[in-house]
Amino acid sequence: MRIRVRFAKVGKVRWTSHRDLARIWERAIRRVGLPVAYSQGFSPRPKVHFGLALSTGHESLAEFLDIDLDPEAPSSPDPADLEALLAPLSEALPSGIDATGVVLISTSTMSLQQAVTSCSWDIEVRGATPDQLAAAIEQVLAAPELEITRERKGKAVTDDVRPYLLDLTVVEPTDAGTRMHAHLATQPRGLRIGELIALLDPDWEEGRVRRTNQWMLLDGARQEPLAGSPVAASAPHAEARAS
Amino acid sequence: MTVWNRLEPLLGKVQKPARYIGCEDGAQVPEPRPAAAEWLLGYPDTYEIGLPNQGLQILREIINEHPRGLAERTYAPWTDLEELMRANDVPLFSVDTHRAAGDFDLMAFNLSAELTYTNLVNLIDLAGCPVRSADRAPADLLIGVGGHCTYNPEPIADFVDFVVLGDGEEVVGEITDVVADWKAEGKPDRIGILRALAGIHGVYVPSLYDAVHDESGRLVETVPNDPAAPDVVEKRTLADLADWPYPKQQLVPLTEVVHDRLNVEVFRGCTRGCRFCQAGMITRPVRERPADQVRTMISEGLKRTGYDEVALTSLSTADFSGIEQVVHDTVNDPECGGQVSVSLPSLRVDAFTVGIAGQIGKARRTGLTFAPEAGTWRMRQVINKLIREEDLYEAVGSAYSQGWRRMKLYFLTGLPTETDEDTLGIARLARNVVKIGREHHKNPSVTISVGGFVPKAFTPFQWFGQNTQDELRRKINLLRDDLRKEHAVKLKWHDPKASVAEGIVSRGDRRLGAVIEDVWRNGGTFQEWSEKFDLQLWLDALERNGLTMEEYVYRHREEDEALPWDHIFAGLHRDFLWMEWRDALNELGLEDCRWTPCYDCGACTGYGIEHVVASAVPPAGGSQGTGQDLTVGGEVPVTLLATKPGTPLAVTAVGEPT
Repeated sequence: MRIRVRFAKVGKVRWTSHRDLARIWERAIRRVGLPVAYSQGFSPRPKVHFGLALSTGHESLAEFLDIDLDPEAPSSPDPADLEALLAPLSEALPSGIDATGVVLISTSTMSLQQAVTSCSWDIEVRGATPDQLAAAIEQVLAAPELEITRERKGKAVTDDVRPYLLDLTVVEPTDAGTRMHAHLATQPRGLRIGELIALLDPDWEEGRVRRTNQWMLLDGARQEPLAGSPVAASAPHAEARAS
Repeated sequence: MTVWNRLEPLLGKVQKPARYIGCEDGAQVPEPRPAAAEWLLGYPDTYEIGLPNQGLQILREIINEHPRGLAERTYAPWTDLEELMRANDVPLFSVDTHRAAGDFDLMAFNLSAELTYTNLVNLIDLAGCPVRSADRAPADLLIGVGGHCTYNPEPIADFVDFVVLGDGEEVVGEITDVVADWKAEGKPDRIGILRALAGIHGVYVPSLYDAVHDESGRLVETVPNDPAAPDVVEKRTLADLADWPYPKQQLVPLTEVVHDRLNVEVFRGCTRGCRFCQAGMITRPVRERPADQVRTMISEGLKRTGYDEVALTSLSTADFSGIEQVVHDTVNDPECGGQVSVSLPSLRVDAFTVGIAGQIGKARRTGLTFAPEAGTWRMRQVINKLIREEDLYEAVGSAYSQGWRRMKLYFLTGLPTETDEDTLGIARLARNVVKIGREHHKNPSVTISVGGFVPKAFTPFQWFGQNTQDELRRKINLLRDDLRKEHAVKLKWHDPKASVAEGIVSRGDRRLGAVIEDVWRNGGTFQEWSEKFDLQLWLDALERNGLTMEEYVYRHREEDEALPWDHIFAGLHRDFLWMEWRDALNELGLEDCRWTPCYDCGACTGYGIEHVVASAVPPAGGSQGTGQDLTVGGEVPVTLLATKPGTPLAVTAVGEPT
């Protein structure tokens, strides 16, 4: 039995790392007594699978993790009422990390890292006025190719990152700059927010950054990871009956 | 006043920003309480090192439960953030509510390592407070310290307003009352509060004492200069640990720290009597926590925190009367689903101990650590760590047979009377452990960790002239050469430069205040960190102040010489310590007094408190001077290594060369 949980990470806790987050979740799962399945072998680990890493310092309203549960355990949650898990999980998680949604998914569902193809972002660009930002956006979106050089495994590699830019829109001015919305592809390796801002103008700086959603492509249609599982979305009991 | 809005923009530019945000489970975010004594409790090293400190966690809860108290926490920002804080005028802050340090009434530190003293000075400065107590205005922070290092408080006497000696649980409440009264009066003057603090049992106020030196600079005596100051300041001792089941809300950090697990203290104090061990001397007598309370603290703690590991802490956990039952109950607790592991720091070296460790799940059996401390029986008699060679071989044999593969052995070098034969005895023991391991596994590995001995106040070795840097280096090289071809043995050692720097401060006097300040002013923070440590800073500072390594570190002290901590009383009679020093030189061991007649060290008699031990008999299989025949410590019976036929390897190799 596998469940997919959506959670938010906002406020001071955004300064924890992806690695920290894994440990925070492991403890929260134990605290609420969720019967997580453990890997076999010499050093058993709880079977918890995270999606795309969120950079330390960025906020998110839509992070996901998949948890494998032991269906035999007496404390196994009722598949018909998974929502009941959300409040105790949020209570066991630190302030700023809250579980906001949960569905049952098939154990054969593609992993989050493979399935997610793009993310929506809210980004504050410090040092930019709305007009300057709009002009810079127009310029990069008009470019047929955008080559940047980045380091990979100790080597300098040049990539065309234009295909990652699905949409960039100015939203509103802030105290220190301008807020924009960005829709960025994640496959095959993604584009960092810092790299995006450097493309727009090397003098601008990254302000508050928040991931607002993640998207999977299902038969060409954009879907959220919670809605994107046919088993869970259309027939939450199907798998429970099957097992 | 919160500094969060000014701090936050800096966090994206530093390593590991999660160190600075607080938000731990168990954290308290108190509203400012103008009528309360507001404490900022600190550890003068990074968050990862300081957060798990149990002393600070205990005191934080006790102060916050006090009707007139409030406590928050702070740690040393790493150099990257410190630089940004100084450039942007951001002062030191609490991680709980990010209030500026200067908003508090007291800032108090746990000192458990001498090389953190320059960080102490740095944090006082980052708080916006004058670093020397003499320069502080009435309303400036009161700077306090406690912890093991403060049994010789003289090197930091210039920087602190008060020093707490001994167990802090009771005394912090008394300090809170005195400071809250002073605050209610509007903090009229500094001397008033210092005198009031000096009137509390267990509190030492250095500025109310003068250190008198003769023309040669040698200390003559340390005497009060104010009627409010007692001639001798005695440490505080809790009678019953059961009255203080703290921490009740152990902090669960969001980011990785050392000792990241539930910690439950099973007893305080130790009377094994190892002569090099300051902790075992200054924390006497032994006070056990009732086993039932230990079990409750474990089960409630695991449930509350979500940890899957609990450490039973003390100076020698296998000595706890209820140890077998507590470990058994914990690993078999059905509520924990068999996923809980128990860690037993400070294992005693014997097979019984390994038996306890063996109850812990097989999955976690990676390595086991023992501390024989010295390589020959003669040397172990000198230091009174009465582990027979037989005890060690039984322990490792038992561990290997139960599935452990990696053994780690701790040793000291530079001990009093140590000969090259004693030093090389470490290598010999290591080889024998490898041989025992080969009977069980193809590739056993043994890690030998060697530290340079630094004499400490209130131990029988407080008179001993520490080995020089060159001598420590030579001894480590002896071991390196000897073990060069022994691939199963991995040798690690502590940098002799750091050992001698620690030695400067360990037994230093007030003249070292100028040296510590000099090292700090020249950038010498984080001296506990090998990448930041710089002995040259210390040598230059000594020279600028006309002081020498010989005087502070390398010279033997004389019987009637004034020691910088003579006006402090740790519960141990000086003549007991001197007698122990003479016995050490005569290679005479002394048994543990819990199960043998009292030899009047002073720890119990001074307070009307006796050892609180649940068991009238020594622990089963207890080694280290609890009833076994110690006359044969160095001889190993042949039967121990009676191995498979056809492998006549070990019999001669293991016996002590005679």
